[in-house]
Amino acid sequence: MSQVDIVLDRPQQPSEHQVLNMGPQHPSTHGVLRLVLELDGEIIVNCTPVVGYLHRAMEKIAESMTFNMFTPYTDRLDYLAPLANNVALSCAQERLLGIDIPPRAKAIRVICCEMSRISAHLLGLGAFAMDVGAMTAFLWFFREREKIYTLIEHLSGARFTTSYTRVGGVAADMPEGFLDELRAFVDQFPSKVEEVENLLTRNRIWVERTKDLGVVTPAEAVAWGLTGPNLRGSGVEWDCRLKRPYLGYETYDFEVPVGSVGDCYDRYLVRIEEMKESTRILRQAIERMPGGPVKVEDPKVSLPAKSKVLMGMDELIHQFILVTEGQDAPPGESYFGAENPKGELGFYFRSKGGGYPDRMFIRSPSFVNLQILPKMVKGRYISDVVAILGSLDFVMGECDR
Amino acid sequence: MTYVLGKLLHIVIVAGAVLPGVGAVMVWAERRVSAFMQDRLGPNRVGPAGLLQPVADLLKFIFKEDVIPGHVNKTLYVLAPVMSLVPALVAFCVVPYARGMAIADVNVGILLVFAISSIAVYGISIGGWASNNKYSLLGGVRASAQMISYELALGLSVVPVFLIVGDLNMEAIVRWQKENGWLVFWLFPAWVIFLISSYAETNRLPFDLPEAETELVAGYHTEYSSMKFALFFLAEYIHMTTASALSVALFFGGYELPFVTLPQGVWGTVLSGLIFFAKMSFFLFLFIWVRWTLPRFRYDQLMKLGWKILLPASLAIIVLTAGGVALRETLK
Repeated sequence: MSQVDIVLDRPQQPSEHQVLNMGPQHPSTHGVLRLVLELDGEIIVNCTPVVGYLHRAMEKIAESMTFNMFTPYTDRLDYLAPLANNVALSCAQERLLGIDIPPRAKAIRVICCEMSRISAHLLGLGAFAMDVGAMTAFLWFFREREKIYTLIEHLSGARFTTSYTRVGGVAADMPEGFLDELRAFVDQFPSKVEEVENLLTRNRIWVERTKDLGVVTPAEAVAWGLTGPNLRGSGVEWDCRLKRPYLGYETYDFEVPVGSVGDCYDRYLVRIEEMKESTRILRQAIERMPGGPVKVEDPKVSLPAKSKVLMGMDELIHQFILVTEGQDAPPGESYFGAENPKGELGFYFRSKGGGYPDRMFIRSPSFVNLQILPKMVKGRYISDVVAILGSLDFVMGECDR
Repeated sequence: MTYVLGKLLHIVIVAGAVLPGVGAVMVWAERRVSAFMQDRLGPNRVGPAGLLQPVADLLKFIFKEDVIPGHVNKTLYVLAPVMSLVPALVAFCVVPYARGMAIADVNVGILLVFAISSIAVYGISIGGWASNNKYSLLGGVRASAQMISYELALGLSVVPVFLIVGDLNMEAIVRWQKENGWLVFWLFPAWVIFLISSYAETNRLPFDLPEAETELVAGYHTEYSSMKFALFFLAEYIHMTTASALSVALFFGGYELPFVTLPQGVWGTVLSGLIFFAKMSFFLFLFIWVRWTLPRFRYDQLMKLGWKILLPASLAIIVLTAGGVALRETLK
């Protein structure tokens, strides 16, 4: 039976197999992913993912606005790690503009990225555990996420739609006492991860449900373009933070955890370890936090101080031009890939000069990671589909963009 | 005549008030205990400590619109929740929940329980089938396979009890335990099998595959709303109550305490009832504790556990127990 017919609800040839529509409103497809499953009893013969229910034409929208105006849209990409998306976008724009940002801004951005990584992995693992039936792990992780949200609120003023970065730095310096709050969180966090690990890591049922399930070999992982924890779960040691360093990540001391088998259990372990490594990075960032400005002090890139705008002619003109026309990008193209919680989030810009990009493309890790799903679930049970989906850890906001 | 009226009154009180009452308190306890385990508050607004929450839930269920979707088999769809609840209530009748207080003090006792509770699977599988929904159907199919598989292990795990006691009557089993100590000390492995199987029989985590909400939306009761859903819901809790009561009566000395002789008369009966409910509460708590700690099995793993591990193990226990009993008889 043709998969296209099923997806488009056309009449089908009679078949022995049952067609089951999983999603777009199913409790464990995490958003609006639709899977058309062809079942033989409970065993999956064929699986067709249908994406696009959350498509918002973000890339087209970006063509009609200045660089900073697009930042709020990235909050809605991977909405479990908005800060990391903000950082990735700004880094990409800075590469196009060819500017370097001050060390303090870099360190703040590293904190942003790692907080987002922890928060996204907490939700990803929590939802994974819940899909396999362990509700308590989900809520314990959510309690920790709540603490991160409070921190993010102090940092950016919003819990969710942060829009914290700007071209050339960040919107504002950290509030007073933020680093102490962050340190307090980082100090207690590993023990909380330990708690959930006690529930799951050596739990016989959890191991049975996830071991040797959805195995992706290293070669396959590379061939299918997997990135992030899904790639590292298969044992490929690739991390943009170290292989293509940005924000001075190469100066931090941290490990890149990799799996050995490439099954769901390995992906779970990799995420757990990554959270621990992120706390290490956060500690180092707190220790070394340099002083100085938090954005480039070039009036052609970042807005001048308000007090100066009100008093000075030059600053007033700069502010007016920046707000109405945006930063003047040189003609050319650039690509920047950041190691986001879900994988490599890449922004491609092509500019013909002026404040608006001529073309913008988002390489969203969730979209690419989902491609391998049909291959992974074939011949498995329905229960395995939810476990595999959980271990792939995707976000439809980013997948459909 | 008075005997019949008395029995009827007894049945009405137990099936109409005690069991639904225990079920309602369990719903509250489940939510409060799970909240406690997960660092939440749980329902605490309705009445003291949220104790009236089940009443509020019930009112909500009653006033909800009773939807019967157009695509269902109407007769079976309406019948299924009833078929699920009634066996759960009836199975409790042979349990001596206080001294001399079993509704039916019959000599086949425990066999009757298994006979009745095996009907309960029809409620679920028919509900799943009549809903005419693929998820419900899968839930129904899973339920029937699961309950039939685990009924064997459940039944066989109780056989050693009969072998040792030499009686099927529940009162007799309780009396034997008063004289010789709790059976769990003699038959601990059999009790473990009984416990695991009873979790599978009641469709509770880690065996809640028929309604696995992250896989099958809500399994067999996806299409049910209002009081029909409430009946399914209540049936699950009453099944748990019956399973806990059986565990207490068969393995943990029933309504008696070791080394303590309860007074005769009304006070003795009341005390024995309280003891029984206290023991039962522990097992009910165990149900909740397990549910909020463990992940869910997969279908094939469930079958493997039932047929390849629990069934042979319970057969082995029967053989060993029979050997032990035979040895005891010869040595006498």
